[in-house]
Amino acid sequence: MPSRRVLITGLSTYWGGRLAEALEGSDELETIIGVDSRDPTRELERTEFVRVGTQHSLLRRIVEAAEIDTVVDTRLIVDSVATSAARAHENNVIGTMNILAACGGPNSSVRKLVFKSSAHYYGCHQDDPAFFTEDMERPHPPRTPLERDILEAEAAVADFAEKNPDVSVTILRFANVLGSSVKTSHTALFDLPAVPMVLGFDPRYQFVHEDDVVGALEHVLNQSLPGVFNVAADGVLALTEVIDLLGKRIAPVLPPWGTGLAAAALRRAGVVISPEMLTQLRFGRGLDNRLLKATGFRYRYTTRETVLKLAEHMRLAPILRGAAAPYRYEREVEEFLRRSPNVRRSGRRPPERADGHGVLPERTGEAHAADRGDGSAELGGASAGYEDLEAGELAVLLGSLETDDLIALREHERTAHRRPDVLAAIDDALGRAEPAGPDEP
Amino acid sequence: MPTAGRSTLDADAAAATEAAGAGDPSRGEEAPAREPSSPASTAVARRGPDLRRHLPGLETDRRLTDWGRSERVEGLVDRTLVDFLYRYWFRCEVEGIENVPATGGALLVSNHAGALPPDAAMVAKALREEHPYARPLNIKVEHFFKGYPGLSMLLPKLGCVAAHPANVHRLLYDEEALVLVFPEGQKGTRKLYKDRYRLRRFGRGGFVASAVRAGVPIVPVCVMGAEEAAPIFAHLRLLERLTGLLYFPLTPTFPDFGLTRMAGYLPAKFRIRFLEPIELDISPDDRGAVHTAAESVRARIQENLFEMVGERDSIWLG
Repeated sequence: MPSRRVLITGLSTYWGGRLAEALEGSDELETIIGVDSRDPTRELERTEFVRVGTQHSLLRRIVEAAEIDTVVDTRLIVDSVATSAARAHENNVIGTMNILAACGGPNSSVRKLVFKSSAHYYGCHQDDPAFFTEDMERPHPPRTPLERDILEAEAAVADFAEKNPDVSVTILRFANVLGSSVKTSHTALFDLPAVPMVLGFDPRYQFVHEDDVVGALEHVLNQSLPGVFNVAADGVLALTEVIDLLGKRIAPVLPPWGTGLAAAALRRAGVVISPEMLTQLRFGRGLDNRLLKATGFRYRYTTRETVLKLAEHMRLAPILRGAAAPYRYEREVEEFLRRSPNVRRSGRRPPERADGHGVLPERTGEAHAADRGDGSAELGGASAGYEDLEAGELAVLLGSLETDDLIALREHERTAHRRPDVLAAIDDALGRAEPAGPDEP
Repeated sequence: MPTAGRSTLDADAAAATEAAGAGDPSRGEEAPAREPSSPASTAVARRGPDLRRHLPGLETDRRLTDWGRSERVEGLVDRTLVDFLYRYWFRCEVEGIENVPATGGALLVSNHAGALPPDAAMVAKALREEHPYARPLNIKVEHFFKGYPGLSMLLPKLGCVAAHPANVHRLLYDEEALVLVFPEGQKGTRKLYKDRYRLRRFGRGGFVASAVRAGVPIVPVCVMGAEEAAPIFAHLRLLERLTGLLYFPLTPTFPDFGLTRMAGYLPAKFRIRFLEPIELDISPDDRGAVHTAAESVRARIQENLFEMVGERDSIWLG
């Protein structure tokens, strides 16, 4: 069952935004709704943003009203440097439980749940296997609050999957993410002129490129793949190899004994090393990524290429600093851009997307029909509200459409409904539009 | 509804797999069967054979493998120290190298001895020197070394892999490599000189289960000479606890000549004998059968060792 109506939680996280952006290009999806407690950080065209926390009663109402069939949870905090432990717990554990509560229930419309988790699930220990497979549990209980939270959240999701057998639940465990636009405690570390290491240890590291993270989320959305999947690029590098590729120097400043104390001293000096990273710097971690590859997913970058990409970005960063102004969300402006009939949308959009997708978010009932009436209705409506329109109503609208859109509409009509009078009307309109077409000298 | 849903999901997944060129529809049937909550009862992942083709490809620009093995470091140590020991110090003699298969995985099982055991390096060197395909050997070492500074950095670069059942399975089954295990573990290396050539217990037979699960033969290996090259006369418990090492032995050169002299081997004559491969047809979960098989492997190594020691005229000249 392909997804049609998607709800993304954590729209304002980097991943939520990237995913929504990627999904907007998909023809299959009718609706993309994003929720978060903060403003979106990326410019989105047809994704509807609703500001809610993670209170489940509100989410439940959105899920029910919009008949959401797929929920993608990208909201998990996997870097303990990013926020306080208490807030991470609130978000990771309580938030997950609320979202699950909003998705579950006997008459819920949700059929698919994608949960973004982390390889911190496995932890880093002395007696780890060299490659974790999905069916392994971590050998020791979690040591840090963040790891505890991730385990607890995953347990809640697994429990949900058991109680809702007709919902396809996918958990993706991502390795450490690297990329030009994502800031993690690892990129902060690699930004230093010399990278601190634990003396006498050369841990094995595996990364995943930010594009592959979005690709993997999209991949599991387009297919039905219940279960747990590791997402990590091919190849496991030694940390010295990583540092070498980045063109940095090695600084084995952390002593093998009393590492925590030395890390605390480093924190004073401004180098923050999270407790998860301390164990990773000592023991490293490798993931077996073959299960996801076997479902047809192809990684764009290997771990080595991911690191090389980061090196490229780090060389460019001083030149590009401040060049691109960050996107600022202004509710009124967004509303205007999405709803106002005066916005010329076909001009704004990239040409490859001009064939099938409206800028307008899909709505049902009267609101939809009202949009049709204002003359700016586009083919995005073809997927949902188009069928409701009579041939006569359509004929009125045809005059306001561009030639490209008319051609696309004719295709849609021919394959979907084959109403002869509508087809004739479209041909008519095309005939009228042709003389003024681009053939003119 | 759920069953109908499942079958279409299968079709979807299979179609997607085929479209993407992975081309294995059976994968699609397997994927939905995996429950996220499935508890991992065994440490070794039991997966379909099709996952082997998804192993990451070789990156030619890299100097390390995914296991952390470094051809450069290994080659350097091999050309200098190991080569000297193999040729001139221990004067290794090798028998039955043809018993090591030329292709496919195989589990080499050996006796283990010596304060800082030289046997693993010598077996690996014997394979490189004498075997027509010069196959690389992965040596299974205790998890302890991964947590010990310095050694944790060095050992993986030399081809040592932590003794996790999943690691052994991946090497034997997925990568079809050679793995050398010492089932005696540190019980073998810490035994005193008076107990020489008397094999300790072979663990709980985990190595047999690994080989059976991966469907590879077991090649027993007998190493003679390591006992005399680095004999242990006594253990110093207090220093053992202070240094956090596995054991702190009293050997002819250690600790009186300093830490580095732990590798000060006596020039005993080495003989390495590879025995005929054993193919086992038992269930890896049948504890009794696994234990019996482990005992029979141990008995064969012990017999051959006694035979080799009996034929020997001199410890130093062979």
